[in-house]
Amino acid sequence: MSALIEVKGLDKAFGGVHAIEGLSFSVDAGQVYSVIGPNGAGKTTLFNLITGLYTPTKGEIKLGDRDVTGIPPNKLAELGMCRTFQQMQICMNMTALENVMLGRHLQLKSNLFTTLFRLPALLKDEEDCRDHAVELMKFVGCGDYIDSEASAMSYGALKRLEIARALAAKPKVVLLDEPAAGLNAVESAELEELLQKIAAQGITVVLVEHDMKMVMGISDRVLVINYGRKLAEGTPEEIRNNPDVIAAYLGG
Amino acid sequence: MFAEFLQYLFTGITIGATYALIALGFTLIYNASHVINFAQGEFLMIGGMATVSLIGLGFPLPVAMLGAILLAAVMGIALQRFAIAPAKQADPVTLIIITIGASIFIRGIAQLVWGRGYHSMPNFSGNEPVNIGGAVVSTQTFWVLGVAAVLVAALVLFFTRTMIGKAILATSMNKVAARLVGIRTEMVLMLAFLLSAVLGSIAGIIVAPITFTSYDIGIILGLKGFVAASLGGLGSGMGAIVGGLLLGVVEAMTAGYISSDYKDAVAFGMIILVLFFMPRGLMGARVVERV
Amino acid sequence: MLKSLLHNRLSGLLLLAIVIFVLPVFFNNPFHYDMATQIAIYATTVVGLNLLVGFAGQISLGHAGFFGVGAYFSAIMTGVYGWPPVITLLLGAVLVGFLAFVVGRPILRLKGYYLSMATLALGFIIAIIINNEGWLTGGPDGMPVPSLSVFGWELSTFSSYSFLGMTISGSLAWYWLAGVLLLLGVWLAQNLIDSPIGRALRSVHGSEVAASVVGVDTARFKNLVFVISAVYASLMGSLYAHFQGFITPDIAGFMESIILVTMVVLGGMGSTIGVILGAVLLTLLPQLLADFHEYEMMMFGLILMLTMIFMPKGLLPTTQRFIRSRLSKKKGEQA
Repeated sequence: MSALIEVKGLDKAFGGVHAIEGLSFSVDAGQVYSVIGPNGAGKTTLFNLITGLYTPTKGEIKLGDRDVTGIPPNKLAELGMCRTFQQMQICMNMTALENVMLGRHLQLKSNLFTTLFRLPALLKDEEDCRDHAVELMKFVGCGDYIDSEASAMSYGALKRLEIARALAAKPKVVLLDEPAAGLNAVESAELEELLQKIAAQGITVVLVEHDMKMVMGISDRVLVINYGRKLAEGTPEEIRNNPDVIAAYLGG
Repeated sequence: MFAEFLQYLFTGITIGATYALIALGFTLIYNASHVINFAQGEFLMIGGMATVSLIGLGFPLPVAMLGAILLAAVMGIALQRFAIAPAKQADPVTLIIITIGASIFIRGIAQLVWGRGYHSMPNFSGNEPVNIGGAVVSTQTFWVLGVAAVLVAALVLFFTRTMIGKAILATSMNKVAARLVGIRTEMVLMLAFLLSAVLGSIAGIIVAPITFTSYDIGIILGLKGFVAASLGGLGSGMGAIVGGLLLGVVEAMTAGYISSDYKDAVAFGMIILVLFFMPRGLMGARVVERV
Repeated sequence: MLKSLLHNRLSGLLLLAIVIFVLPVFFNNPFHYDMATQIAIYATTVVGLNLLVGFAGQISLGHAGFFGVGAYFSAIMTGVYGWPPVITLLLGAVLVGFLAFVVGRPILRLKGYYLSMATLALGFIIAIIINNEGWLTGGPDGMPVPSLSVFGWELSTFSSYSFLGMTISGSLAWYWLAGVLLLLGVWLAQNLIDSPIGRALRSVHGSEVAASVVGVDTARFKNLVFVISAVYASLMGSLYAHFQGFITPDIAGFMESIILVTMVVLGGMGSTIGVILGAVLLTLLPQLLADFHEYEMMMFGLILMLTMIFMPKGLLPTTQRFIRSRLSKKKGEQA
């Protein structure tokens, strides 16, 4: 199977602190790949590096055959990579639906002229965009909020909204940063179902999570990092039984 | 040749010292509350105008100066309590407009009380200028530089040696943490504005004999002080001083050698250059946004 | 759903059109028309500025600079070089658009107060140049501007025209022109906002990082809205010049820029109709305070502070929310 994301020798230093050190791993297309590790291990930093928010100090990141090291996030979106955030980045100044419609930005066909004069081409674009967004909101389970303002939605619903927005970008791979954070047991189970639905569509899912049950339940492969370095990588079964991993999580 | 250069240099560092003091005032308030106080220049104006006014009423110079500083201090506290504190979580744009509104308000009162005329103040040590290497320098220049140096030294001591000073620094770094260790952040904010007002008014007093003073000098001087603070890197005290002096000198040199019409444009040209090539200023810290 | 959205969009525009159409009933001398024309010109300017400040969430403390360049370009080219006014007006807009494009890229990389500083500086530099280059601009004393004319037919507030058998004063004609342009400006702005491009712009305000991960080139969009708002300002500046017949450098100055931004914030950032209200209020305020001439500056500053402290979202949104909460309270009581 071909690697969709390949990370080689990744290093990120903030002043004297190495948040990520000598990290290498690869994610195959179509997999559900989870990244776990204790708090402060550098998981979000890793995500920010892969998704272009940070530039690596050293190392290489490849998406498919392309070297995408240091490429800004909006260009990565064009190449099929999209993500959600640990601290949600929802545009509270827009409605829920508009947030999802934003995700379809790259598919917009109208230009400034058709927009300013509201020509039929734009109206068609808008209607398509809206229909797709409504579908996506139903897909992620936010169907009740189709007419709401983003600011009126619950935390759990907003997390799913962010996923809908990411999906609207028609990504090949979607990176989710702690999507289960702050969710109760019921919401977590719903999320797990959603993630499986997404994976079933052939979209590669890379996940940062603390919820071990979910991680072990849906992942094809798991990466464990600690202090910015790779501690272990393998199937959930292998990771569960890895003594180093157990030590890192339980101490001793 | 050299005398001319020296002349401009002295003019430059004199006005530069004034800019530095205004810039320090901006930095103080910004550090304590993340507010850009567009009314900063008005403290300067009050310092000069109130002193002139009190002298006119018959008070001796030292008393007049004290009165002016007191007035500015009260204005500073009032500004914080009645204009900034109530606005709390407002948009940065809104806060900027509030302080601009405050500056217009203060200017309006000044115009009402003192009229629109220009006033002058006598030099502190007489009108005999001093000759230094061919440059004719007013004795007031030494007052400006001396007082500025004393103020800066006092501030440094205040922030490094006193509990209150450290409390202000702590609040500026992390308001919540400061509160948690018992620092009364509301007091700290008021204090920051108070200090800022005092700094500004003293600057206004010492420079008034050199430049005329009137109800509307606050705008352009305030803006230049803002530019000076940005040049050095907003938030850095050292930067405010360096920025102020640099701006003053470049401005004087430009006025002397190139064109005095474009003197004011110097400040704005410099800030654009700095913002494009060194946005954090000459000494500002780099900030990484956590996502 | 699309239909209900259309309903919302057009209702504001329709209301505005009705107001513009009906207002002359209350006017009984040319001064009223002139005042209304001035308000309409400023209103259109801030509709454009609102795109940048209200929707895209950027700060511009130097926008009067663009207004001034438009005005002086028209004044100089039509007055000194005899260019046809309408062509000049459009060319001026292109020039200003280009200027905004060039300075926009580096300036808009800055955020927050750095951006406000840069736009402030830009505005000041423009104002200083206009003030100093007296040989071109007449300097601080200002310069006269020929009337707006199309193929020799002049539009001036001092003339009167016959139309369908009626005599129409120049002031009334100017009023209609300004009113129509305001409606056009609002329509275009609303079209922009309610579109994929509009969402991209608003996302820059909502969460720039979210925008970038779905593919929005935020730098490009910030620049786009900067250019558009500058073009609005330039066109209105040119119009203003022809309307007044005489311009001075302070139309490009710092206070003017502040007034423009205040109109946006006062009326309600992100509300196209709200900012028009802001323009109305801030243009009328000096008139209302004229009796208290001495106190004018003080009162202006006070009103500015008070409205920003107690109604930070702006007048229109705050009023809308107040009305909405009252209505839902009533519903609650009836239930």
